[in-house]
Amino acid sequence: MTDHGAHILIDTVTHRYRAKSAVVLDAIRVEIQPGQALAIIGRSGCGKSTLLHIIAGLIRPAMGGIYVDGTRINGPSPKWIMMFQQPSLYPWMTVGQNVALGMKFAGTGYSKAKPRVEELLDLVHLGDYINTNVQDLSGGQQQRVALARSLCTSPEVLLLDEPFSALDAFTRAALRRDVRAIAKDLGITLVLVTHDIDEAVIMADRALVMDANPGRVRADTMIDLPDPRHPADPAVKAERERLMGLFEGTAGLAMDPIQTLPDDEIPDHAMPDTLPRAAGLT
Amino acid sequence: MTAPAVMMGPDGRSLTVIGLLRSPTLLRAAYPILGVSGLLGLWWLGGEVIAGNPDTAAFSDFAPGPAFAALGEMLLDGSILEAVVPSLLRVGLGLLWAIVIGLPLGILIGRVPAFRDATHIPFQFLRMVSPLSWMPIAVMTFNTWDAAIVFLITAAAIWPVTFATANGLRKVDPAWFKVARNLGARGWHMLMHIIMPAIAQDVLTGVRLALGVAWIVLVPAEYLGVTSGLGYAINDARDILEYDRLAALVVTIGVLGFALDSICLTLIRRYSWVRG
Ligand SMILES: Nc1ncnc2c1ncn2[C@@H]1O[C@H](COP(=O)(O)OP(=O)(O)OP(=O)(O)O)[C@@H](O)[C@H]1O
Ligand SMILES: [Mg+2]
Repeated sequence: MTDHGAHILIDTVTHRYRAKSAVVLDAIRVEIQPGQALAIIGRSGCGKSTLLHIIAGLIRPAMGGIYVDGTRINGPSPKWIMMFQQPSLYPWMTVGQNVALGMKFAGTGYSKAKPRVEELLDLVHLGDYINTNVQDLSGGQQQRVALARSLCTSPEVLLLDEPFSALDAFTRAALRRDVRAIAKDLGITLVLVTHDIDEAVIMADRALVMDANPGRVRADTMIDLPDPRHPADPAVKAERERLMGLFEGTAGLAMDPIQTLPDDEIPDHAMPDTLPRAAGLT
Repeated sequence: MTAPAVMMGPDGRSLTVIGLLRSPTLLRAAYPILGVSGLLGLWWLGGEVIAGNPDTAAFSDFAPGPAFAALGEMLLDGSILEAVVPSLLRVGLGLLWAIVIGLPLGILIGRVPAFRDATHIPFQFLRMVSPLSWMPIAVMTFNTWDAAIVFLITAAAIWPVTFATANGLRKVDPAWFKVARNLGARGWHMLMHIIMPAIAQDVLTGVRLALGVAWIVLVPAEYLGVTSGLGYAINDARDILEYDRLAALVVTIGVLGFALDSICLTLIRRYSWVRG
């Protein structure tokens, strides 16, 4: 399995969907360390999904580029896998065949892939379901299969676009915990898009708060909490309040971003558009 | 279902006799039997009316009695098989061509918007032309009658396959393509592991429709030129005034068509992943 996640550089990405349409992402510049779990928070329509698609290579940015371990990407790859709100499993395949799909595309037959498939299904607590029809699974189980499918190609980066928002609270809590533990275990770099501050606090090492119209990084802050994280823990609650403060700040209409943050909480890389262009580049 | 299919006794056990009488399985078999009997009854009644009228009495062999007697004879002497085999071959070949051409065409329409826009009007126009109107052109173009008939069947069967494929593709969840692309699927893999299984049911439904049209076009197409097949046999029976054989052939066409349709339906069930 992967022993290290990839380093990602979002190098001044600006995006509009059509030449004359509004700017969706405006000069986003973020560096993500290998194995880091980064949450991107922001209001609906601020361009979170767009940014994630661009990192995955599923959309080409109008300007700028994505560098994975220093190499500019120019398309999707099984090394950086995206997961969506819907599990999008293939109903004509069993659970096991769904999980093995990435290996099949890479030329490994099902019987050869099977030991790894079994290992991954154990990892997501679905060891007994390898031959089950995916339509017989609950939403949470389906999302676990999708997770196993994403992990099958030993990705260095996992990109999650609100992957748990269609699930009930219990399942969501369990999956948050499990996904973070698995990513940390395998050392995978995790980028998580969410509406939910709790999710960011439970799952991420670092949070980006985004502004809408155009999409910009408003705040960039570390979430320094020990594992495992429980929602009821006072330290977790305090982080939640702090993030909420940053998030509310982005909702303010004419507020200057610097003034919404207490000085000691602004990391030096928080304002990409105020940084010198070359900073952080290698 | 709100009404219980099986009545429960006071002690909670089912009253099996009443249960059996109300069994939905029994009812399900009863209605088709009733329908088929009704059709046979109408046929018989028609035969009686024809036989009773001196003007039409010459056609009285159309009735079920003589027809089934003739059918038995024809099954024994192999003349049914002689008519059926060439017809099945022509329909099979025509359908094969319709799939070979129509399936890629449908995938192109479903996946390439420019192709869809360019071909929409021409294809809708061609689709509306009765396949039989190509007959003179087919006869001029092809060296053999057989080839001309296969062409006519293809011309009829290609549109249901094409449009069902295109339609199936349009309904496919775009996320399936996105996930597959992300997992490393390119060209052939995407086609064989994602596109084809995703649209299999729609394609087979198109093939089923195509078979229906092909089967209908077959008989009139065989009225011309060829000296074998069901259409030829019908024409022949009419010319020599053997109305019992004619009716037997009609029954054969209906039964075979029904059987072919059932095969398609079985295939559709086999390859369908949609939960009913
Ligand atoms: N395929 C597209 N074509 C044109 N515009 C698009 C497309 N996808 C998104 N947009 C626009 O880009 C902007 C950002 O969309 P995006 O989906 O990235 O937002 P988001 O932050 O993920 O929102 P949500 O939280 O609701 O998922 C929106 O204004 C949206 O209308
Ligand atoms: Mg989104």
